[in-house]
Amino acid sequence: MRFFEYESRQIVAKAGIPTSPHGFATTAEEARRIATEIGGPTVIKSQVLTGGRMKAGGVKFADTPDEAEAHARDILALEIGGHMPRGVLVDSKVDVKQEYYAGVVWDGMRKQPVILFSDMGGIDIEEVAESHPDHVGRGHFSTIHPFSDFQAKQVIAATGVTGKALQRATPILARLAKLFVERDMTLAEINPLAELADGSFVAVDAHMDMENEARPRQKALLAELGVGEEETRQAREATPFEIAGEAVDAMDHRGVAGNVTEFDGNLGLVIGAGGGSLTLFDAVRAHGGDPANYCEIGGNPSVKKAAGLAKLVLQKPGVDKIAVMMSIVSNTRVDIVARGVIKACIELGYDPAEKIAIFRIPGAWEEEGFKILERYGVEYADRSVSMHEAARRAVEKIGAAA
Amino acid sequence: MSILIDADTTFIVQGITGREAVNLTRECLDYGAGAKVVGGVTPGRRGREVHGVPVFDSVAQAVEHHGAPIQGSVVTAPPAFTKDAVLEAIENGIELVVIVTERIPRGDVAQMVELAGERGARIIGPNCLGIIVPDVVKMGGIGGPARDAAKAYSPGSVGVISRSGGMTTEMSSTLTAAGLGQSTAVSIGGDAIIGQAYAELMPLFEADPETEAIVIYTEPGGRMEAQLAEWVTANDSRLPIVAFMAGRFMDEMPGMSFGHAGTIVEGKEDTATEKIARLAEAGIVVAEEISEIPAIVKTKIAARAGAAGRAVA
Repeated sequence: MRFFEYESRQIVAKAGIPTSPHGFATTAEEARRIATEIGGPTVIKSQVLTGGRMKAGGVKFADTPDEAEAHARDILALEIGGHMPRGVLVDSKVDVKQEYYAGVVWDGMRKQPVILFSDMGGIDIEEVAESHPDHVGRGHFSTIHPFSDFQAKQVIAATGVTGKALQRATPILARLAKLFVERDMTLAEINPLAELADGSFVAVDAHMDMENEARPRQKALLAELGVGEEETRQAREATPFEIAGEAVDAMDHRGVAGNVTEFDGNLGLVIGAGGGSLTLFDAVRAHGGDPANYCEIGGNPSVKKAAGLAKLVLQKPGVDKIAVMMSIVSNTRVDIVARGVIKACIELGYDPAEKIAIFRIPGAWEEEGFKILERYGVEYADRSVSMHEAARRAVEKIGAAA
Repeated sequence: MSILIDADTTFIVQGITGREAVNLTRECLDYGAGAKVVGGVTPGRRGREVHGVPVFDSVAQAVEHHGAPIQGSVVTAPPAFTKDAVLEAIENGIELVVIVTERIPRGDVAQMVELAGERGARIIGPNCLGIIVPDVVKMGGIGGPARDAAKAYSPGSVGVISRSGGMTTEMSSTLTAAGLGQSTAVSIGGDAIIGQAYAELMPLFEADPETEAIVIYTEPGGRMEAQLAEWVTANDSRLPIVAFMAGRFMDEMPGMSFGHAGTIVEGKEDTATEKIARLAEAGIVVAEEISEIPAIVKTKIAARAGAAGRAVA
């Protein structure tokens, strides 16, 4: 889950890393008050969970509180990349001598976190790594042995930084490394980390991403930041259809019928499991089909849940038919899914044979499942029909119907 | 022959009294020659039995009862307790840990993997279904009940490595239907950090005389396909590899996760397009559909046999 900049700054500050004086405002009047308190030139920054703020006009400089208020009013009304801002951050405009980059990410191949540091801050680190590799320091660190400051120092020194700057930056990078592990981050970035005219270092911008799986054990931090449990903070905000999908999955604790994602096609998909759904979604598109949604069934959901998911998809505007398909199942029962999707059709007043373009779920309890499908005249396929072939048949049927 | 496990492999099930673990234990005992499940661990449940398998409070008790080192463990403990269970297994001399549990934070996985590295142990998973040697033994829920697993898997010469548990079975079933059996199939897990990625299992398959080809299931997210391509190029592997890439649609949806926790396009390297290019550069064929895989494998094996024949002549 992603954090807004104003939250990321709090996380950084809690770890003992100094930040430039700032405040968060949701109204232009508040922004004015903060600017007055800061006393001096300020930067007004849109608080959105997307990049490209600067280009979009979401960052503006103000010399006076009046100007800060005016900019805040504009920015609060400015949509960036489909997102309305949560508020604005009123930041003091600091006198920067040099900009640095400090970051920590996971290296999935080494299976360890890696610290990154550059004396070319303020720009995208991937760009720097490509154009000036000698200006990027890197160092992996253990998550079972204690972290020691020299590990941060080595990385900074590798970029050629020395003297007071090295001494000042070392504890900051070390604290960032520790907070990355302690707070279950997947990205902890300070960019720029600014060296001011007086030689002190402050974080001028910060970007933090926390692992979703760690939310239960980071409850205290999330509560301190005021992040509600209902906030998913995904790359794209959930649509009403997707929120209804979550409600279906929450009907009971048996199995999964979730991760519903909305698309705008006419073929509804009731598909599973993880890898199977990815394969089938691709397969439908490869055969020229137009999916209305993505979803994942798994772990043997109840009839009620399977029916709930099928109903949701069947009722989506523009959906002509549904395709019920999975890779071979060993845990989820074929007969239960069959019962669920037939129940959904009947309860909505549809003929299952007409609404279900194809049912291709081989595996556990398939004989029982296929018997039920046969009784209702639904076209079904066993494992001798490949996932791609099943998808092709579904697309062909919907083509004929349209 | 096989990799990682064989008919004699002894293992325990940690969290054995959970509903899923009880089923998994039954499946492993029933499959092939019957797995040597020498014990189970659930704290506070010592003295019970699960399908005849004695339950202990700790791994140390299980080892003591067995009277000899135990080789493996299948960990099914809930996410908040998984790390502790895995560390317990490793510190009690277990060398192969299959982690079934999903939704474990990366920080925990990194710690488990690092300790395993220091102790010479190997972790498969998390978020995986385990390992199967067709008709011989299975360790984990892979393939489901013995009767279902027997339908999909058959003994033979293809090694299967997959980031999806279900797709391990789907692809093996497709191979079986075409008369191509499997030497060992490994569900490596769908998370961003896993114990063993493709390149880390390749040396084992390379050393297994029975294995003649590799089939892999891949997804967007992470660098492990690029790592495999680098490994193949650097090691002049004798094994032809055929890959299937699912989730191509995700390239258009950066920052979104589908299917498994590890599938998320964060940078250019993570995309399906980029991965397919990397694999192709290393001579790995990427099939458009799963049904194409058996024919490609057969052609590749025949080509290698032909080349080897000419070399001998």
